Amino acid sequence: MKQILVISGKGGTGKTTLVSSFASLAGGKVLSDCDVDAADLHLVLSPRVNRKEEFSGGKEAVKDSSKCTECGLCYEGCRFDAIDENYEIDHFRCEGCGVCAYVCPEGAITMEDVLSGYSLESSTEHGSMIHGELQAGEEASGKLVTEIKQKAKKLAEEEGQELVIIDGSPGTGCPVIASLADVDFALVVTEPTESGLSDLKRVVELSKNFEVEPAIVVNKHDLNHQKVSEIEKYAEGHDIPIIGRIPYDSNVTRAMVEGESIVEYSDDGASEAIREIWRKVENKLLEL
Amino acid sequence: MNLAISATGDDLESKLDRRFGRCSYFIILDPDTMEFETIQNASRGASSGAGVKAAQILADSEVDNLITGNVGPNAYNALTAAGIEIFTGASGTVKEAIAKYKEGELSRTNEPTTAGGTGKSR
Amino acid sequence: MQITVSAGKGGTGKTTVAVNLALALSESHSVEFLDCDVEEPDAGIFLKPENENSEPVTIEIPEISEDVCTYCGDCSEACEFNAIATFSENVLVYPELCHGCGLCSRVCTADAISERSKIIGEVRRGSTGSIDFYEGDLTIGEPMATPIIRDMKKKVTEENISILDSPPGTACPVIESLHGSDFALLVTEPTPFGLHDLRLSVKVAREMNIPVGVVINRYGIGDKSVEDYCEDEGVPVLMKIPNDRKIAELYSNGVPFVNKFDNWKGRFNQLFEEITRIVNPRAKSVEV
Repeated sequence: MKQILVISGKGGTGKTTLVSSFASLAGGKVLSDCDVDAADLHLVLSPRVNRKEEFSGGKEAVKDSSKCTECGLCYEGCRFDAIDENYEIDHFRCEGCGVCAYVCPEGAITMEDVLSGYSLESSTEHGSMIHGELQAGEEASGKLVTEIKQKAKKLAEEEGQELVIIDGSPGTGCPVIASLADVDFALVVTEPTESGLSDLKRVVELSKNFEVEPAIVVNKHDLNHQKVSEIEKYAEGHDIPIIGRIPYDSNVTRAMVEGESIVEYSDDGASEAIREIWRKVENKLLEL
Repeated sequence: MNLAISATGDDLESKLDRRFGRCSYFIILDPDTMEFETIQNASRGASSGAGVKAAQILADSEVDNLITGNVGPNAYNALTAAGIEIFTGASGTVKEAIAKYKEGELSRTNEPTTAGGTGKSR
Repeated sequence: MQITVSAGKGGTGKTTVAVNLALALSESHSVEFLDCDVEEPDAGIFLKPENENSEPVTIEIPEISEDVCTYCGDCSEACEFNAIATFSENVLVYPELCHGCGLCSRVCTADAISERSKIIGEVRRGSTGSIDFYEGDLTIGEPMATPIIRDMKKKVTEENISILDSPPGTACPVIESLHGSDFALLVTEPTPFGLHDLRLSVKVAREMNIPVGVVINRYGIGDKSVEDYCEDEGVPVLMKIPNDRKIAELYSNGVPFVNKFDNWKGRFNQLFEEITRIVNPRAKSVEV
């Protein structure tokens, strides 16, 4: 079984447009939405949720005020500024390390599991999908991304599918590292903007650290020719193929508003470019 | 001599779990007598460092050899430090994996097999 | 006054709004700009800071003296992040798993654990015109962004206007950026995707008791769903930026559009006045 990942240094570069299109172009596969912070794929694919499992991302300090003598040891001990001058715990800042519970002489603080969100197993018209849903203020952790990826892989095995398509997390932090782990091939989507190029470099560097072979897709390539040639120069210098150039196409937004992927919505422009990219990805998969 | 196998279930008929740090169970057995005990993998739900914790659990259970699917760099270092040898390349049930191990068909791993998991949660 | 500019996902124009707001206000106010998007710090591309000094951001991680260590395993047991493994004859520390909470050295009965500083990124300080510019940068591969944001926010002065460019999403670094803010300015696009992400951002800000207002970027590309939502929820729409190719081109060349279009300077100043009224309703009557 192969796992392909679509990532971008930052959000909004067209990653979901690409993944939702692949979803309708690819044959048997399982979809995996690891962009849990801004899980957009479900807006296009309208999944029917079949199973919902609670997910706990870690622990959090909880204080029993009746036992607290306001000695202040927890306040001094916490390195994350998560206990204020009134010795109240700021649950937004608590890292769950347990120092406060350890130093409290009264046993007034206990460490409890936090409900961070849910992992969901769903069916869509383009096949099964594993995705996540976070409680407000909770984040896409490496643990949740790992769980989603593992569930997707397991489901693909059960269904006898040969492919998992992963919508990766943005950024270069832990969830992205988790997205990259164990992946066969990564498509990095970028835009020809000043920030697009610097984000592209970060992601490419990261994927190389994890020994994942990257290929570049330039979205809205007709927006800035100067920047496109800078991207080309960078790609050539680092021996990374650019496997697609998607033109600026107002149908992309219209398709999104209609809740369809661009390849279902239209045939030319961005749609045509994405079909071409998918053909190349399919060939690449045969080589791997 | 204690052999540990990462498993998806709690008996010898269950399948080998290809994950190490976040596998479901560890089956720990004496290959000569085939007597075994099963422990639930407490590191499965760790929000960070699952591979390290799993290695700690095996070391605490005085395991000498391990059969699993993949180990990341953190788990590899911990297992090596604990003197536990890692065997990969098995598939199918736990029983089949043990048979292959006894016949010397499994390869001993001298490096991490994956780029590893995620590290930490935030 | 601390205004945090945030968005449900990247690529919505969050940095554009933050940068243009800061530039427009800097003509008549003392403005500090903090780029809290430490995984992808892009604001500097537009603000082009000069005379930058950088300070490292560190966390304290354990160093174990094996001469003294009794391999009792208490530290491994205590660590919530599994950053230490203890075996019969050795002990391993995993710095990239460590949050720097210091619990291990507290629980060690043999006094074998000391601490050393580990650099996880840096905060750069510079200036752009009259704006004090701060920028956090997370070392690639380091997963913890919050200590850098926390460090940077310690530089905020109460009497100035601080504009914080938050990371996108609703995760920990976003919470850390919003923490203590007087106002959350949420940038979104008028599409179902934008609405979905906006809902989450509004929920988080409200949980943190921070008043919110919305800027709709690329106004005209999508539908009315964002405006309808804002009206239903009583969330003020404070600005609409049209979907203008000229603005997009300026953006792709790293040029803030208030520098080219004078009328937008006035609009950003009006935006600020409205924020001031929302944050402090009584201030208006005093002025009048």
